[in-house]
Amino acid sequence: MSAPVTQMKAPTRLEYLVHAGATTTTFLHSILKGQLVGRRCPVCHKVYIPPRGACPTCAVLCTDEVPVSNSGTVTTFSIVRIPFEGQRLTPPYACAHIVLDGADVPLLHIVGGCSVDEVRVGMRVEAVWLEIPQPTLATVTWFKPNGEPDRAVNDRGEVVP
Amino acid sequence: MRSISIAGIAQLPSKLAEHHMDAAELVQAVTALALADAGIERKQIGFVCSGSSDYIMGQPFSFVMALDGVGAWPPIRESHVEMDGAWALYEAWVRLQHGDIDTALVYSFGKSSVGNVDDALGMQLDPYYVAPLGVSPMALAALQARALLDARFANERDFAQAVMRARLAGARNPNIPTPTATTVDALLAAPWVASPLRAHDAAVRTDGAAAIVLRAGGPGPKITGFAHRIEPHALGVRDLTTSPSARRAADDAGASRIDVAEIHTPYASQETILRNALGLNDRMLVNPSGGTLVAETPMVAGLLRVVEATRAIRDGAHRALAHATSGPCLQHNLVCVLEST
Repeated sequence: MSAPVTQMKAPTRLEYLVHAGATTTTFLHSILKGQLVGRRCPVCHKVYIPPRGACPTCAVLCTDEVPVSNSGTVTTFSIVRIPFEGQRLTPPYACAHIVLDGADVPLLHIVGGCSVDEVRVGMRVEAVWLEIPQPTLATVTWFKPNGEPDRAVNDRGEVVP
Repeated sequence: MRSISIAGIAQLPSKLAEHHMDAAELVQAVTALALADAGIERKQIGFVCSGSSDYIMGQPFSFVMALDGVGAWPPIRESHVEMDGAWALYEAWVRLQHGDIDTALVYSFGKSSVGNVDDALGMQLDPYYVAPLGVSPMALAALQARALLDARFANERDFAQAVMRARLAGARNPNIPTPTATTVDALLAAPWVASPLRAHDAAVRTDGAAAIVLRAGGPGPKITGFAHRIEPHALGVRDLTTSPSARRAADDAGASRIDVAEIHTPYASQETILRNALGLNDRMLVNPSGGTLVAETPMVAGLLRVVEATRAIRDGAHRALAHATSGPCLQHNLVCVLEST
């Protein structure tokens, strides 16, 4: 009897040229200028960063551009301790939700420039930029501690004003 | 059956390339137009259903990102089909039959400009025997067209005439790229791409979005029948010269006494098959919009046929048929029959 066939190869490949859309395009342009610019919902007035084309709560276009601060507050985090394919950083490192001053929703990013043991909820951090900006959020390498006193964060993950 | 009406319709213009708006922006715009047309607020909608494909959009979970344009908070009842929006409309119609909710919002969006639609559609094929061959959808449609010629059900002039009719009607449609004027003889003089099909026998692919608001009872064209049927996956076991699935769907949907039909033809050669299967004749107005040969947005084309059929009824038709198809060589067919109230 002939050997059983255990597998067949059928490689497939699809290529795309995806356009970022109007909102993301203006965000990427602001990154190239070294600025973080969000958008405000005209109905609920929340400032989203990264900006969203439509407010996911109110379903209206977010048209107002709003510059937000380079600094913010860690509202939650996780320490990544395992290696995986395509990883940009060497573990351990912290990924975190950071509410930037002037924004209403957290930005998911990396906290670096300190030991992972120092990362905590309420910690104040600021963006560390690459010298030559690229049109990607990775132009902000990570957020590092900025030395300011911690802020209070409530049970809903909101920075207490 | 519970009586369901088309309360509102909308489309964004079909463009060769829509680079400006992302999926959420397309969905926000088209659903806002449909709701305004229906005079219904977002918060009144009982069920939301969409049709789109990540393979077309080139982005994983593109339908989830697009939900930003719907306002899914507080949490809504929502569903999605990885199919043309016509099937999302079917799901919403079935959902309204349950009787506990009275309104539904259906939308679909697609961009042919971001990738190679033929390559993406190739992913639907049998992964063992057909997909590895790398045959294009046009080559499969050409096999079907050849079978039609061999059976003497059509000739190449019929295909060219279907393209001519589409372009003449499409020239009056403000929502599509202006078709190029031509003659049947000029079309027939063009070279074959996959014989017996020429480049113009394939639909002009576009980017766009469409939306429909359904309501139980109330004014607006009434859905009197809605059905879809599918044929086997293996092309070799099908008679490609006919479409028993389209015929069964039309029978199930009660497609008789039709004034206007909007049919989904990815290839000109398929118009002959569908006219026969759906029982269309020269007394009926077929594709007054120009149909899909002049503008076919993937995942939107079928839902847009229902939008166009609704327009036909608003313009005075009594009964209109909308048809959508999916899969190679008209594998899966849907028929929706609308009647004026």
